[in-house]
Amino acid sequence: MRKPIEIRLMQGNEACAQGAVDAGVRFFAGYPITPSTEIAEWMAREMPAIGGKFIQMEDEIASIAAIIGGSLAGVKSMTATSGPGFSLMQENIGYACMTEVPCLIVNVQRGGPSTGRPTAPSQGDVMQARWGTHGDHPSIALSPWSVQETYTLTVKAVNLSEKYRTPVILLLDEVIAHLREGVKLPDPRKLKLVERPRPRGGREEYRPFGGTMKEVPPIADFGMGFNCNFTGLVHDEVGHPSNSPAVTDRLIRRLVGKVEYDRDQIIHWEEIEMKDAEMAIFAYGCSARSSVSALKAARELGMKVGLIRPTTLWPFPEKAVEAAAARGIPLLVPELNLGQLVLEVSRVAAGRTRVRPLSRVDGELFTPMEILSALKEGF
Amino acid sequence: MPFNVTSYFRQEMLPHIWCPGCGNGIVLRDFAVALEKLNYSRQEVVIVSGIGCSSRAAGYLDFDTVHTTHGRALPFATGIKFANPGLKVFVIMGDGDASSIGGNHLIHACRRNIDLTAIIFNNHIYGMTGGQFSPMTPRDKKATTAPYGMIEQSFDLCRLAEAAGATYVGRATTYHNQLLTRLIVEGANNRGFSLIEAVTHCPTSYGRRNKMATPTDMVRWQKESAVLIDRIKEGRASLQEGQFPVGLLHQHDAPEFTAEYLEVVKRAREK
Ligand SMILES: Cc1ncc(C[n+]2csc(CCOP(=O)(O)OP(=O)(O)O)c2C)c(N)n1
Ligand code: SF4
Ligand SMILES: [Mg+2]
Repeated sequence: MRKPIEIRLMQGNEACAQGAVDAGVRFFAGYPITPSTEIAEWMAREMPAIGGKFIQMEDEIASIAAIIGGSLAGVKSMTATSGPGFSLMQENIGYACMTEVPCLIVNVQRGGPSTGRPTAPSQGDVMQARWGTHGDHPSIALSPWSVQETYTLTVKAVNLSEKYRTPVILLLDEVIAHLREGVKLPDPRKLKLVERPRPRGGREEYRPFGGTMKEVPPIADFGMGFNCNFTGLVHDEVGHPSNSPAVTDRLIRRLVGKVEYDRDQIIHWEEIEMKDAEMAIFAYGCSARSSVSALKAARELGMKVGLIRPTTLWPFPEKAVEAAAARGIPLLVPELNLGQLVLEVSRVAAGRTRVRPLSRVDGELFTPMEILSALKEGF
Repeated sequence: MPFNVTSYFRQEMLPHIWCPGCGNGIVLRDFAVALEKLNYSRQEVVIVSGIGCSSRAAGYLDFDTVHTTHGRALPFATGIKFANPGLKVFVIMGDGDASSIGGNHLIHACRRNIDLTAIIFNNHIYGMTGGQFSPMTPRDKKATTAPYGMIEQSFDLCRLAEAAGATYVGRATTYHNQLLTRLIVEGANNRGFSLIEAVTHCPTSYGRRNKMATPTDMVRWQKESAVLIDRIKEGRASLQEGQFPVGLLHQHDAPEFTAEYLEVVKRAREK
């Protein structure tokens, strides 16, 4: 059991598990896979003692199905996996989007495609987190750069999922998942926790899929007596399947819209030394750590370099890029992939400033030196 | 028994999507009768289904219902039951849903012996997608993807479930109405994983291609193919080629998953 306020040396995976439990998660289903397994092991050990549920399922498809089930029963639920398992989960992630069932999916990224490099860091699943499941759908994905931030973003991820009734993806980097750092754990009683909207009125006025994109409709727990139908088919406000073009259009636009409408509430990024910056690095997760060191080295050389570090990858933090682009600040985008989020950066920059990708896919991290060299080479 | 079957249905969802003469409605009615006999409160029952003609049944029933993804109903149901063991969870699946795409989930639900009652609508075919063979299509029968006849062996899902650890296993047909209701009731009362195979008929996608063009032909086939297990046990009948046993096929006691988990909780708290 943990004390109210604690400073502890923790692994990223542990901080994630602790954050989830502090955020109220009491149901975990998963299937072992490197480099996420420690989360499942932690849950197997700790969940029973705190009145929570842990189950190891037969595969990742079953794991995500089980957590959606757990959440329908009213319990905050999560799973954790890595690339191959994340690929298997995609169909049911879409189901959770469509039926608006809150849940947290942690993807500790490893080198891909396929089995790839199980113990090597990679940021190759950024686009999969956005577009992995078929059809237009809402997407929220967060990416921490430290063990401390893994804790806080896990809490935030659970909260966002409850607030918007949608699955949220935490994209962890392998190195952060396995890194040990001091973490200050806040008093869990003082954490701001969000609960999904639940119906206040009776069954007659219950519209579990109603409202406009400005309001997230309420969801009743199974067993509360609201007797609602959940289906992955296009459905109307009460949950009946429908083939009506109007119902379809309204549903898809509302699902995507409820997240898009509130993007300013959801999106967060941090800026370092951007005030006088003449060029900037746009980086997230472990690549932002190398970038900060590169930034410091560059500043010592008199180069006016800044850093934009989004913790929200989806919805994409357009305004962060917007501000830099308006000032004509060229952007270097280092990623442990062949250029994924840089596509969004370029889209928003829209030719107003230079955007340069920097890639590594050899399973190694960026060294500050190579980022510095890229800055020196210019855009 | 004064029984108003319609009170179990979401009136606004009717008429259903099934073809005239489809057996699914019969199974669904037998299920509603079983629910009536079980006398659960409306809010403690959850019905989970996969994808297929048969899985549409969940949406017609006036309970908490989940129409999930193809083959995945059991792990969804596992999550619901495990999160709230007080709920009575029924799982409706088609033969393809349960034995093909969801086959692995079925094995593991049996092995865990989690307290779910699974009803498998076996029409021996992929009905919803228009008549492709399923792992339960009998040998030599025709399907759109077996136009020259099925060459693969078909599954006996009841034997599979028994071997995998299910603690209550039964089979009935749309001809054996009361038996089907009885098996569902007993399966629900079994504390553990129960599998009830409901042999049903799909005249549209199966019968027409296999010389059983009308629903009557199909029900006659069921009547002639099904042999009561009790009669076999008593030595009054034996299974001939193409016949299958119906009735309570298997039952044994074993620890149930959600109850066992309480033991885990105890051990974790003593730690
Ligand atoms: C992942 C996935 N693959 C394929 C399908 C298409 N599909 C829908 S229903 C079905 C087969 C249904 O057959 P069965 O489970 O026997 O149910 P029935 O329609 O016969 O009641 C298939 C293959 C799907 N919906 N999802
Ligand atoms: S295709 Fe077959 S199973 Fe489906 S509704 Fe028609 S008769 Fe029933
Ligand atoms: Mg079928």
